[in-house]
Amino acid sequence: MSKNNDFTQWQDNQLARSIKRFPERKGKFTNHGGDEVPRLAVPPDLDREYLDNLGFPGCYPFTRGVQPTMYRGRLWTMRQYAGFSTAAETNQRFRYLLDQGTTGLSVAFDLPTQIGYDSDDAMAIGEVGKVGVAIDTLADMETLFEGIPLDQVSTSMTINSPAAVLLAMYIVVAEKQGVPPEKLRGTIQNDILKEYVARGTYIFPPTPSLKIITDIFQWCGTNTPAFNTISISGYHIREAGSTAAQEIALTLANGITYIQSALAAGLELDAFAGRLTFFFNASTDLLEEVAKFRAARRLWARIMKDRFHTEKESSMMLKFHTQTAGNTLTAQQIDNNIVRVTIQALAAVLGGTQSLHTNSRDEALSLPTEDSVRTALRTQQIIAHESGVTDTVDPLAGSYFIEQLTDRIENQAADLMGKIEDAGGVVACIESGFIQREIEAAAYEYQQEIERGERVIVGVNRFQVEENNRPTLLRVDPAVEKQQINRLTGIKNNRDSQSVNARLTRLENDARQGVNLMPAIIDSVKEYISLGEICSVLRQVYGEYR
Amino acid sequence: MIMVEHTQTPNDIRGNSPRAIGRAISMVEKGGPDAEAILTGLDPDRIAQALIIGITGPPGAGKSTLVNQLIAAFRKQHQKVGVIAVDPSSPITGGALLGDRIRMMQHATDDNVIVRSMATRGRLGGLCAAAGGVVRVMAGAGCNPVIIETVGVGQSEMDIIRLADLTALVLAPGQGDDIQAMKAGLLEVADLLVINKSDRPGADALALSLETEIRRRPESPVEILHTEAVTGKGIMELVSAISRIDLRNRKNGELTRRRRDNLVREVMDWSLEMLRPQLAADISKMPPEILANPATAARNLLLRWHPNREDLP
Amino acid sequence: MTTTPTCRVLIAKPGLDGHDRGAKFIARALRDAGFEVIYTGIRRTPDEIAAAAVQEDVAAVGLSSLSGAHLRLFPAVVEALKIRGAADIPVLGGGVIPEEDVQLLKEAGIVAIFTPGTPVDQIIAAFRTHCEHH
Repeated sequence: MSKNNDFTQWQDNQLARSIKRFPERKGKFTNHGGDEVPRLAVPPDLDREYLDNLGFPGCYPFTRGVQPTMYRGRLWTMRQYAGFSTAAETNQRFRYLLDQGTTGLSVAFDLPTQIGYDSDDAMAIGEVGKVGVAIDTLADMETLFEGIPLDQVSTSMTINSPAAVLLAMYIVVAEKQGVPPEKLRGTIQNDILKEYVARGTYIFPPTPSLKIITDIFQWCGTNTPAFNTISISGYHIREAGSTAAQEIALTLANGITYIQSALAAGLELDAFAGRLTFFFNASTDLLEEVAKFRAARRLWARIMKDRFHTEKESSMMLKFHTQTAGNTLTAQQIDNNIVRVTIQALAAVLGGTQSLHTNSRDEALSLPTEDSVRTALRTQQIIAHESGVTDTVDPLAGSYFIEQLTDRIENQAADLMGKIEDAGGVVACIESGFIQREIEAAAYEYQQEIERGERVIVGVNRFQVEENNRPTLLRVDPAVEKQQINRLTGIKNNRDSQSVNARLTRLENDARQGVNLMPAIIDSVKEYISLGEICSVLRQVYGEYR
Repeated sequence: MIMVEHTQTPNDIRGNSPRAIGRAISMVEKGGPDAEAILTGLDPDRIAQALIIGITGPPGAGKSTLVNQLIAAFRKQHQKVGVIAVDPSSPITGGALLGDRIRMMQHATDDNVIVRSMATRGRLGGLCAAAGGVVRVMAGAGCNPVIIETVGVGQSEMDIIRLADLTALVLAPGQGDDIQAMKAGLLEVADLLVINKSDRPGADALALSLETEIRRRPESPVEILHTEAVTGKGIMELVSAISRIDLRNRKNGELTRRRRDNLVREVMDWSLEMLRPQLAADISKMPPEILANPATAARNLLLRWHPNREDLP
Repeated sequence: MTTTPTCRVLIAKPGLDGHDRGAKFIARALRDAGFEVIYTGIRRTPDEIAAAAVQEDVAAVGLSSLSGAHLRLFPAVVEALKIRGAADIPVLGGGVIPEEDVQLLKEAGIVAIFTPGTPVDQIIAAFRTHCEHH
């Protein structure tokens, strides 16, 4: 009797509200034979265990998804990470991707930009424009988004330590297009903690880094309410070699740390918790990955409810972007990578992702060519429109295996999070090297299994062939570095130096006094003060992490 | 591939060629006549003057970061600094992963900072002798101080730390490292107790437990200092405490005594190491009935080496 | 004093790339194969790497780069070693390196290049060969 009540309640409330706001993509979802595909398959008997552990999509504990209709309402955002060389070249790639049907932009910055160095810095030698686009000043950002109306596109920026600066530039570019900040949609990665353990683009020590992140939460909470202020990333932790359970544990532990730091600064939980987003890896072990996504959603919801005592559902929802696992791509028989990416993308969709990047087949060799990127995007479109998995919500729920695996990953992750907590929390565990060692040990074990042939990687340790034809690769012209430096020199020579100095002095004062840095940074980028100049002031105040 | 000319090495070392110093250290580590040629050519005054600082403590206490700060502090005083970072070798494969440099890389291109990673290499007694030689090469190259950093766990690391003129034991709050350190007998070798990460919760409790422990042994007074190696807080105090103790030890003859003890131990090490191959060869030839009585076998063996010694234990 | 000669090698990541999974794996694998491995961490300049190699008197230097900056950075390490009087220390490299760059790097003095998928035993053997020549 109660089962019908719960189900009916969900239908009448969450589902009805959702359909009213976002009608489903079709009036009727049918298979090839014309049979209707049910929106949500549930067991005949909805007992307490089902309701506690799975529940309904769009409802606590969100195991089955964050929206009641999932992809029947709206497909995930197909967001291809792109960026290389100069802002002008990347702008071309963005326009191409939008033409091909991507629904969100995702900016890859080069390493000097990510570590707060201008293109003319000695540390930038050889790296300008290599793994992403070089952005030195507002001028580059203007070029990057030329002809792309920022009120109509959502933009994700993979930027961490200097996230405040790039966000400031984005806001100013929008302003110049006539788009007010409150209309901006997108995400900055802004997740410094995983940089210390897995990705390496840190600048400052953990404490001031967390302070800047809190500044962003606070400023964006009032000024850019539709912009996600952080993308707490397990992706890179997994790429560094962690297991699936470690990926979840370390990511959610980082999430807790950001919340604690914001609460300590006096922020209201529900004012920022809904704008926390996550970013996970989709590897090739299809069923484990699906279980991982479901476990992550449930564990986060429980943490938010039981530990942080929020009652707001949107604060409990773990919304995430997914990228297919770069580390699984092989340099051998590169077309095989298309198949790997397909399995991984399918895992992300069956796991209920909100947005997805699919890697291109040639990325174990270099940056992807336009053709490879198109195939990667087509992979998503085939899953979305041909595979049928989007017609029903959380299709693998109720599989004995999937549910057991979901439980196991949740428990393993919770155990590791407990260990971290006992050892003084994430920052202490980064400084002691505990987290790095956990990841390294898992990575070493995995690679040894491959070396010993116990783990088969097709085309690498089995089924090899002699390959002669070299694929066409995208190369960044070595002249880009010089061009970018010349452009920067030109801009630096054309500024009012008094105004530049005044703004940098204000920035320094604000940093020393611990006030919110966003206004001073916005003020600085408007004057075409460079990323490197801003970061160098902050380096002096905060010191550098080594 | 390229061997440094032995005759040139001592001069090159004095002349501050990092390449010559690096090669010389390798040869000294390896031992043999080349090593002796290098060591006898070193400037004895420099060796006498150099201050040898031992930094020890459990893993994760922040030793390397602290050493990095000490390097910076001594460089400000225009001193040339040598650092020997000792880590254990794997007893099974003999390999070692030496990562202490990571935290000191900011000084990498400063030719007045010489950092050398050293693995224990499963040497029984020989480690002390080898490390003693490396200390002298660095001192002979003008390094003052020479800092020896090692994890205070195994016996061989404890022996190494005794090479220092004075030793700072570094501890951090949490995880019960203080108890471990006491168990390992580290307190006995310490002239200074450094509570690093003193901003962390538990620092006061750690200080308290150390004070109690110190009061139980009034015969060897030890100072407690607080540092935050990450920010550099407390480093100047640590440097002046080090100079103070060094001055005291030089005045009251303690330094002379420690150095003599070290040399005695090193000569012992060398002697045993030099004897070892011959002893091993002789022992391998012993028939089973002789081996069956190990003490007697050893006595008879040594009597062959020292026929006049009637007073073997 | 010791019985077996020990191979000392230095593993480093030049440039700004922080992806150190490969470098750390090689470092550990070499350690398990009996090498003394000095690891310098991420984000090192070529000159820092050369200076460390000289001070540690290693038999070989192994570099890893995934950011596409290898054509600039690997030869810069060879050059820095030369300036520091250590042209005899061989430099080996690995990472995301397209086939057509391998020859260029070899011409610039990098003695061996390992591309993704190279079995680790092959990499260890290459280091061992260079150690024996040292």
